Amino acid sequence: MTTKTPSTDSSATSKAATAPATPVVPLPPAAARAITGAGSALALVGTFLAWTWTDEFPGNLTVTGYPGGLQVLTLVGAALTLLFVLSGYGIRGLGWLTPGGTNSPVLLGALGVLGTTGYTMGAISQELGGLVNLEPGAWVSGIGALVAVLGALGLPADQPYGADESRPGLWGRIRHSLTAPEPGRAKDLPSWAEILIIAAGFGVGLYVFAYGIGTEYSELFIGFLITAGFGFTAVTRAGLLKRLSALTAKHRNVTLAAAFVAAICFPFTQGNDQFALIGANILIFATVALGLNVVVGLAGLLDLGYVAFLGVGAYAAALVSGSPQSSIGLHFPFWAAVLTGALASLIFGVVIGAPTLRLRGDYLAIVTLGFGEIFRITMNNLNGNSGPDVTNGSNGIPNIPDLEIFGFNLGVPHNVLGHELTRSGNYYLLMLLFTAIVVMVFRRSAESRIGRAWVAIREDETAATAMGINGFRLKLLAFALGACLAGLAGTVQAHVSYSVTPEQYQFAGSVPPNSAFLLAAVILGGMGTISGPLIGAALLYLIPAKLQFMAEYQLLLFGAALMLLMRYRPEGLVADRRKQLEFHETGQLDVPDDKPLPDGATGVAKAGA
Amino acid sequence: MTTTTAPTTTTVLDASDVTMRFGGLTAVRSVDLVVNSGEIVGLIGPNGAGKTTFFNCLTGLYVPTEGKVSYKGTVLPPKPHLVTQAGIARTFQNIRLFANMTVLENVLVGRHTRTKEGLWSALLRLPGFKRAEEASRERAMELLEFTGLAAKADHLARNLPYGEQRKLEIARALASEPGLLLLDEPTAGMNPQETRAAEELIFAIRDQGIAVLVIEHDIRFIMNLCDRVAVLVQGEKIVEGPAEVVQADERVIAAYLGTPFEGAPGQEEAAEVEAAEAHSTTEGDDK
Ligand SMILES: Nc1ncnc2c1ncn2[C@@H]1O[C@H](COP(=O)(O)OP(=O)(O)OP(=O)(O)O)[C@@H](O)[C@H]1O
Ligand SMILES: [Mg+2]
Repeated sequence: MTTKTPSTDSSATSKAATAPATPVVPLPPAAARAITGAGSALALVGTFLAWTWTDEFPGNLTVTGYPGGLQVLTLVGAALTLLFVLSGYGIRGLGWLTPGGTNSPVLLGALGVLGTTGYTMGAISQELGGLVNLEPGAWVSGIGALVAVLGALGLPADQPYGADESRPGLWGRIRHSLTAPEPGRAKDLPSWAEILIIAAGFGVGLYVFAYGIGTEYSELFIGFLITAGFGFTAVTRAGLLKRLSALTAKHRNVTLAAAFVAAICFPFTQGNDQFALIGANILIFATVALGLNVVVGLAGLLDLGYVAFLGVGAYAAALVSGSPQSSIGLHFPFWAAVLTGALASLIFGVVIGAPTLRLRGDYLAIVTLGFGEIFRITMNNLNGNSGPDVTNGSNGIPNIPDLEIFGFNLGVPHNVLGHELTRSGNYYLLMLLFTAIVVMVFRRSAESRIGRAWVAIREDETAATAMGINGFRLKLLAFALGACLAGLAGTVQAHVSYSVTPEQYQFAGSVPPNSAFLLAAVILGGMGTISGPLIGAALLYLIPAKLQFMAEYQLLLFGAALMLLMRYRPEGLVADRRKQLEFHETGQLDVPDDKPLPDGATGVAKAGA
Repeated sequence: MTTTTAPTTTTVLDASDVTMRFGGLTAVRSVDLVVNSGEIVGLIGPNGAGKTTFFNCLTGLYVPTEGKVSYKGTVLPPKPHLVTQAGIARTFQNIRLFANMTVLENVLVGRHTRTKEGLWSALLRLPGFKRAEEASRERAMELLEFTGLAAKADHLARNLPYGEQRKLEIARALASEPGLLLLDEPTAGMNPQETRAAEELIFAIRDQGIAVLVIEHDIRFIMNLCDRVAVLVQGEKIVEGPAEVVQADERVIAAYLGTPFEGAPGQEEAAEVEAAEAHSTTEGDDK
C-alpha cells in the first residue's frame, strides 16, 4: 500500500507538468472526491469495530459497536473530513463550512485521520508486541484513512499556481495542495446570530481544551494533538477561523465575555482535581506571560529574569499569609497579602529597572538574566547559615494555609449547582479573576497614549525620544507594571502550591513558569497580543505536563519546536493586529528598509561628549 | 541681514558657539545660528559638513561639546524629549518612522508631549481619557488631511511609498505643535513633482506661524524656499545670507566644486577630474 504513493507520483510529475494546478495524484476530480469520501467513511465505520483483542492497551479498544479512547479521535477526524467532502459536493447547507479552501481542508482532515489511526496502530503493535495484536477494525480504519489521503491528493488544488511557480516538484505540489485562498468578506448576519456563532466557537474551544487536559494517558494525548493539530489547520484552511476572527474583532466585548464564561466553565468540566490543578497552573503561567508581554511585546525590553518578579510576589505573600514557617509570622487577609506581593514586586522592579533600563538591547537582557539568578540564589542563602534567616533557604516557606474568602474555604471541594468544584478548581477561579485584571490592564494600557509610546520605543527609540517621549521613564513604567502584574500572579501561586521554594523560579527548568518558557510563551503565542501569550502558555504547559515520558527530551523538543516556528511563522501563533493589516500591503518594492543605522550612535556620542 | 518683512520678529532659535567633537574629529565648530519667527532658513553644505550633526546638537540627540542652544529665550537642556516639549520638532535624513505602527498611530505618538493622560487615567478610564483621546485623533486626522495622507490613515507606515513616508514624518513632527520645525533633507529621493509639492507644504507650514530650518542639497529648492541660507563646510559656518548672495559667493562655490589651482584654467581641471573619476574605483576626497 505505502509503496504505491511514490510510483503514482513520479508518473504524475512527468505527465502533468504543463497544467497549471495539477493534483499530486492524477485522478479525475469527481473520482478523487468519491474515493476520499469512501475512504473517510470506511475509517469512520472502522472505529465501531474492535481494534485490538485486549484491554491492556489503554482506552479499551476491544468493544464492537462502541468507539472508545483513540477510536473516538479517528471518528471525529473522519466525520470532519466527510463533512468537508460533502461541502465540496456543494450540498446545500454545508457551503458555510468552507468559505476559503475546500480541498485542502479535506486533505488535512484525511491526513489527521491517517496520523491518528496510524499512530494508534503503531502504539498497539509496539506495546502489545507485534501487528498480530491488531483486530480487523484497526485495518479497516487504517486502510480507509490511507485511501482517503490518496483520494484527497487527487483533488485539484484550491489555489492556482503563481506565475513564477509553474513547475513545482512533488514536494512543492504537496505543499501547494495544503494552501488555500482567503475567504471573501462574509455577508452580515443579524448581530444575535453573530454573537451566537462566537459563543459556539468558544464552546467548541472550551470542549477541545477540556478534553485535552482530561486525557488520561499519554497515547490519548498524542492522538489528541495529532487530531487537534490537523483539525485546527483544516478549519483554518477552510476559512472558518478567518470568519470567526472577523466576528470577534467586530464584537470585542462579547468575545471577551464569551472567553471568560468559557474559562469559568472549565473547572466544572473537570471532576479530577489533578486536571483542575493543571488548569490553575496554566492560568498562572499564562497570566505571568501576559505581564511579560507588556515588557517584551509592547515596550520591546528583553527581560530574561522575569520569573524573579513572580517569585518576589510569591515570597512576599507567603511571608505574610500565616505559614507557621514564615519568619515574620504575620497573617494578613488575602487582599492585604496580594497588595503586599504586588507592591514588593513593584519596588523590586523599580530597583532593578532604574539602573538597567539606561542600557540598551543586549545589555538589558544580560543584566536581567543576572538579576533573575541573583534573586533565586539570595532566596537560597537567606537561610540563617549563609545569611539572615528570612526564607528558610532551599526548604522555602511551606504550609501556607488555604484561603477563606467571605466564608468560602478554597481548600475544600464545594458543590456548585450539582457540579463538584475541587480545591484546584476554586483556586483556578480565583486566579481567573487575576487573569481578567491583567487582561484588562494590558488592553487598556496598550490602547492609550502610554501604550503607543511603548510601541514607539520598541520600534525606534531615538525617533521616539525625538517625538517627546521620555524613553527612560516610560521603559521604567513598563518594567514596573510588568513586575507588579507578575507579583500579583505570584501571590496566588503561593497559595495554589502551598509552598514557595527558590527552585520554582529558575531561568530554565522543566516546570513552566520559568523565565525561558515565559519568553517562549510570548514569542510563540504572538508578541503584543492578548490571546497569543495565553495560548502559547497553555500549549507550553500542557504538552510537557501530559507527555512526562519524554521529560528528558523536553528542552530538546522545545528548542526544535521554537526553531521551526520561528522559521515558518515568525510572528507567532496569533499575529498582532498591526501585522494583520497586511491586506493593505501595496506591493511597493522601493520602500526602504525599516532600520536606518547611522543616527543610532547616539548613546556612544552621549558618552563621549 | 534677514529679509523678513514682518516688523515684529522674535528670535525662535538661538544657537551660539555650538561645537561637537567626536574624539579627534570636530564635526561642528563654533557655529552660531539664529532663526526668527516666520522664517524659512536653509542649511547647506557638502556631504559630511556636519549639518545633521548640528541638527542632532540642536535637538539634544547629541550633547554639544561646547555652546548652548536656546529656544524663545530659554536655554534648552540637551535631552531630546525636553527639546520637543519646548517646541522644536524634527524629521530625520534617513526616515525613522515607527514602521509597524499605522500612519495615524505615528502621528498620535507625535502628540505625546501635548497630552498628559497617564497610566492611571488609561487603566481606570477616567472621565478625561476618552475626551483627550478623541481630541488627539481629531487633531491627528487634521494633520493627515493637511499633508494629504488622510486616506492612508490605517496603513502601516512601512508600506507607504518613499515620498509619503517623508510627508508622514513631517505630519508626525507637526503633531507636537512645534514653534520650529527642523527638516533634514526633506526631498531626498523625491522626483521633481514631489519636490514641488513639498515646497508648497513647507510654505503652508510657515504660514501657520512655524519657523522652519531645512537642510537640503537641491539648490533650486533652497532658492525657491528660503529667506536666508547658511553654509556649513567642514563643521564651520562660512557664509550666511540671502539665497542669491550665498549662491554667488566664491567660498561656497569653492566648497562645493573644489578650490581652483592658482592660475590653472578651469578646463584643465575638469579633464583632470574626469580622468580621476574614470580611474578610481574607491570614493575620492570630496574636497
Ligand atoms: N556619532 C558620530 N560619531 C563619530 N563621528 C560622527 C558621528 N556622527 C557624525 N560623525 C561625523 O561627523 C561628520 C559630519 O557628519 P554629518 O552627518 O553631520 O554630515 P552631513 O553634513 O549631514 O552630511 P550629509 O549631507 O551626507 O548628510 C562626518 O564626518 C561624520 O562621519
Ligand atoms: Mg546629513
